Amino acid sequence: MFVAAMIGVLVTMLLALIRALLGPTVYDRILAVNMFGTKTVLFISVLGYLMGRPEFLDLALVYVLINFIGTIAILKFVRFGPVEAS
Amino acid sequence: MSQFIDMILLAFLIVVAVAVTRTLNLFATAVLTGVYSLLMACIFTVLDAVDVAFTEAAVGAGISTVLFLATLSLTTQREKAHHHYNWGALATALLTGGALVYGTFDMPHFGDPNAPIHQHVAPHYIDVSPTEIGVPNMVTSVLASYRGYDTLGETSVIFTACMAVLLLLQRERRGGASSALEGPTDEQSMQHAMILRVQSKIFIPLILLFALYVQFHGDYGPGGGFQAGVIFAAGIILYALVNGLEKARAIIPPNILHGLVAFGLLLYAGTGLASLFMDGNFLQYRALAHEATHGEHLGILLIELGVGITVATVMTSIFFSFSGRGRS
Amino acid sequence: MDSIIHYASWFLLSTGAFFCAVGGLGILRLPDFYSRQHAAGITDTLGSSLVLIGLMLQSGLSLNAAKLAMILLFLISTSPVATHAIAQAAKQSGLKPKVSAEEDEA
Repeated sequence: MFVAAMIGVLVTMLLALIRALLGPTVYDRILAVNMFGTKTVLFISVLGYLMGRPEFLDLALVYVLINFIGTIAILKFVRFGPVEAS
Repeated sequence: MSQFIDMILLAFLIVVAVAVTRTLNLFATAVLTGVYSLLMACIFTVLDAVDVAFTEAAVGAGISTVLFLATLSLTTQREKAHHHYNWGALATALLTGGALVYGTFDMPHFGDPNAPIHQHVAPHYIDVSPTEIGVPNMVTSVLASYRGYDTLGETSVIFTACMAVLLLLQRERRGGASSALEGPTDEQSMQHAMILRVQSKIFIPLILLFALYVQFHGDYGPGGGFQAGVIFAAGIILYALVNGLEKARAIIPPNILHGLVAFGLLLYAGTGLASLFMDGNFLQYRALAHEATHGEHLGILLIELGVGITVATVMTSIFFSFSGRGRS
Repeated sequence: MDSIIHYASWFLLSTGAFFCAVGGLGILRLPDFYSRQHAAGITDTLGSSLVLIGLMLQSGLSLNAAKLAMILLFLISTSPVATHAIAQAAKQSGLKPKVSAEEDEA
């Protein structure tokens, strides 16, 4: 059962990664990286249960906060720095 | 199952690494570097190295990406395309790399259970650490007590990096250049930033509280000074991003910040000196109290605090320097 | 009672993983940035919530369930704000949504 959830999360990570590599505009990439971050949180949580060690949850908690801060930082710097659309 | 997950993550890693080298848009490269750090954090978690994954996630995927972007906003956004290849450099790199790889043939095989480190060093720490030091998290006991000298060196390196950044970027402000962190000034952007401001008012206290939890829980679970310092700095950076650099500087005046940078390192080295004065060796914490394990606990608490203070203030002052374009 | 919780958790985990995968497919196949945001939003909130609630049912009433509840709370409050900020930044920098099939300026 955890294997099914893990496979779903890995597939989603792959799809988000493809969009981050392709994304014609810079905002596509930011969106894909934000989604990749959320999937990392899910990956770490499910991995903890899969391997029988749910102590990993501290890591997932940190990652939620860092993902949010990273996205906001990227947006601020993209808007006010010299911006190119690709 | 974990082998399967490992293979998939390593395949992602290779794809991202190739993309990082081939992309010409430096902004996309910085973002992809963040993805690379995320994947490394996942791989470390699969390998059961939770403290390392913690630090990698916080530092590599969070702060490093923010600092890269701050640098890019000061310089250019596209890499200059090269049309000639430097064969001499390639040959030198291959030769040196080949010599190093040849040198590793003398080392024990990777993961060999008969290697000296698995026969003598690691079993010694695993056997002795619960009784000598009494801290449940063995990574913390090795980092802070058995290898405390190395950790002092790492903290000094972080301190030196901060000094270098401050020396290079503290210049007179040229004036007129708008930085990314002016904060919302006109009416429309104030309204647009409102959602972020309200939400960050709820979150920043929680982030700072979580940083304190990670700092003091490092004895029992993944955590410790480095991770806690980075999370604390991330909370302050969030405040600066949402409300503007001026307000962030008003809350944490740069003088106090620079003072705290030095104070953290002094706390660490001072603990070592204190144990010297109390008839022990340098950084021998058991001399700090009447009972050995109490001394170890006290010593680990103090040095983790020193590391946490140094890392938090160094990250914050580097961020202020980059985004304020060197205003003092 | 135990097997009900077990089956409920199994169901939630599989549904959550399915929605995550659907969202990933959407972010790849949808034609325009603004429509891709809807896809990303699905995975961030619905997919994540189902997976995390499924994991919470697995561990009963314990510290791990409390930590998972906190992760869920943070995720639900930060993901919409992040997507809002991305969309607002894109709009303010002039990215136009694709309105009909004849326009093709990506």
